[in-house]
Amino acid sequence: MFHVRRASPLHAARAPVAAAYAAALVTAVLAFENPLVLGAIAIAIVAAAMLAGVGRMLLRAALFGVPFALVIALVNPLVADQGLTVLLRLGELGPLGRLDVTGEGLIFGAVLGLRALLVVLAGGALLGATVDADELLRGFRRISVRSALTAALAVRLVPVLGRDARRLADARRCRPGATPRPGAAERLQIVRAVTTGALDRALDVAATLEVRGYATPAAKGGRRHLREPWSRHDLAFAASATGLVVLACGARLLGVGGFDAYPLTVVATGPSEWLLAVAIVAVAILPFADRRGVLR
Amino acid sequence: MSILRFDDVAYRYPSSREPALRGVSVDIAAGEFVVAAGLSASGKSTFLRAACGLVPHFHGGEFAGRVVTGGLDTREHGPAALSAVAGTLFQDPETQVVLSTVRGELALPLENRGHGAGAVARGVEETALALGIGDLLERSTHELSGGELQRVALGAALAGRPRLVLLDEPTSQLDPVAGDELVWLLRRLNEEWGTTIVLVEHRLERCLAAADRVLAFEGGRLVCDAPPRGFLQWAAERAPALATPGARLFARAGLRPPPSGVKEARATLRAHGLLAVQTPPAAEQAAPPLPRRGLLRRRVVGTPPALAFHGVWHERSGGRAVLRGVDLALAPGERVALMGRNGAGKSTLLRHANGLLQPTRGRVESAGRVGLLLQNPNDYFLADRVGDEVGAEALERAGLTALAGRHPRDLSGGERQRLALAIVCDGPQPPAALCLDEPTRGMDRAAKGDLAADLRTAAAAGSAVLIATHDPEFAALAAERVVLLADGRPIADGPVAELLSGGWYFATETARIVDGALLPEDGADMLRSRMTVEVRP
Repeated sequence: MFHVRRASPLHAARAPVAAAYAAALVTAVLAFENPLVLGAIAIAIVAAAMLAGVGRMLLRAALFGVPFALVIALVNPLVADQGLTVLLRLGELGPLGRLDVTGEGLIFGAVLGLRALLVVLAGGALLGATVDADELLRGFRRISVRSALTAALAVRLVPVLGRDARRLADARRCRPGATPRPGAAERLQIVRAVTTGALDRALDVAATLEVRGYATPAAKGGRRHLREPWSRHDLAFAASATGLVVLACGARLLGVGGFDAYPLTVVATGPSEWLLAVAIVAVAILPFADRRGVLR
Repeated sequence: MSILRFDDVAYRYPSSREPALRGVSVDIAAGEFVVAAGLSASGKSTFLRAACGLVPHFHGGEFAGRVVTGGLDTREHGPAALSAVAGTLFQDPETQVVLSTVRGELALPLENRGHGAGAVARGVEETALALGIGDLLERSTHELSGGELQRVALGAALAGRPRLVLLDEPTSQLDPVAGDELVWLLRRLNEEWGTTIVLVEHRLERCLAAADRVLAFEGGRLVCDAPPRGFLQWAAERAPALATPGARLFARAGLRPPPSGVKEARATLRAHGLLAVQTPPAAEQAAPPLPRRGLLRRRVVGTPPALAFHGVWHERSGGRAVLRGVDLALAPGERVALMGRNGAGKSTLLRHANGLLQPTRGRVESAGRVGLLLQNPNDYFLADRVGDEVGAEALERAGLTALAGRHPRDLSGGERQRLALAIVCDGPQPPAALCLDEPTRGMDRAAKGDLAADLRTAAAAGSAVLIATHDPEFAALAAERVVLLADGRPIADGPVAELLSGGWYFATETARIVDGALLPEDGADMLRSRMTVEVRP
């Protein structure tokens, strides 16, 4: 997931603010189990990605995340034994004991799967595609040079190893008798070759960081920034991130957006929950309304 | 004043039994332009790594002696501290770029030295202007081609205006035009700013004319330290593989002294009256013939082509057309060099030959299997033993049977290339066509000669050979026909003797010295024929 600068209000915001916005969406996901509220957050994430021009990247991340979400959704009913609505009795299964698949287990599994997917989308795809990692690391370097060095190395290695894997896959296709699509064994061979070469590549990148002076004492101080005034987009997304966190915390304190998974599923869907859902979507997408000065 | 001094330096990498440097002593003065020459694994790159402090701080191993870079002893100062004095650029551009935007990449060394925002912004702009990469500043480094990445990496090495610049084969990914421009940019930095340049390069003909001094390495030892002309005289006697085509031309023609560049060679020939008098070209000869539709296909009319492209287009979704209606055919056993600037579409065309890419319009036909050797031979190695990569017969044909038990990555550059070639050619029948993408990157002249011989053998066995290359000397050695690609379509197609002579960039050094000759041997014959002695009775 690469950051490519686009003409969007979110890309125009400074990296720490954009990262805080994505983190606020993740916080909201983690704060609620209520499907109505989670649905609103999902709408907010998808709308934010579309408005930032990274909808396609979000879709790609979803294709990667959905199988994991499904696994979580399917495993939960097998391990949960608290629901009252038994749908399927699987009997005694050795060390697992008696196994009953309940409606409540299925619903809660789906909720957990949805939350995992939303965390991947907001904390992975949206953050990766809209936040300039270099700018973020630059700030981080002032706090800890070594940690920032490791992070910079990791960030750079991802595309390098990705390119290596693509080249190895192409080279495999150039072998006599190779099929256009690699089988499982061939994929494993490629992954193994990339992994074997990863240390060499990491050393090369680390050597480059060394000779560029990444670890010098002057670097620790970082660039002496001209005090860059906060743009309208910095302010808008900072306000939005704060608003999302306040909404999440406030709702939790006031008991809005409640959800009981067991023994019977109870989903609060009163006016306050609907109001909360609308507020989350509105707070999340309002900063996109102002497109003035979106090119930095 | 010395800017780089080696005092009896010896070094052995931790994983190696043999020392990479043995008793190297050298003193480089500020403002010198130094070229480091030598065959592969002779110690040139290790010399650079010792100069920038990576040896021994980063690589470990056994180190003896003393290196002083810009007044800093490398035993006491690590590479990060030395980066304030020395800008360094290594071979592989993909690992030379560490940030996600070009602007960020150029700003990094300046920020690391604690410059203020204004100085950083100015430094970035100046570097971008000097290297002609202003249009790349806002681009993401993930989107750049190899040549673009190399220029950006060079920019990062130069951005801090270091007093010493250490470069390891910076032109390996560049086309002849960009390569020549880079060498002259370095010369300009050297002359205008007094920057000391230490440049490791295999294609010496490219940079010798700009150099003040040449260091030659052999087996980790410094075996020659002389001005270019002195080095060439030494190379003629002691290391012919290091002699430039111009020097070999002069040696074969019995002329002295060996020239360090085209200008010097032509001046010598002119002084001896050996330069052919140029007549103004006739109108029909003045411009190269324009390609006509079907011209490139007619070459093989009568014999079914081994490989043919029929109106091949490759149009990127939402992007530019990389190939524009390419018509090209190769006869069985024909050896063709595909040349052109970075981004002309050479690699894309090769990828269409064996089906890695599909044309968006047009079609590709072949008489059988098409083998494709991509740029990096390492990409072909999936096993832990050389013997597990290909069958015994193919291994024997490649002359690698004795190395069957070794790990592929432990082979030398030339051996890796031969193994990768054996992998793509492996099979009961030789491929109908064999395509190679920049196969000589990082190779010394001896290994290039071996590869050219292998390709002639493959062609003799009936395979058509198509080589995308930036190296006119290799093209002259390995090919019989040259196709020049520009903006996604062939703009010239003809015999190698015709296409690689008479030009400025896409021409061998011999052709630039002696009109009408391509290789030193032909040029020497031509010069000898002009050395007529009038005998009076």
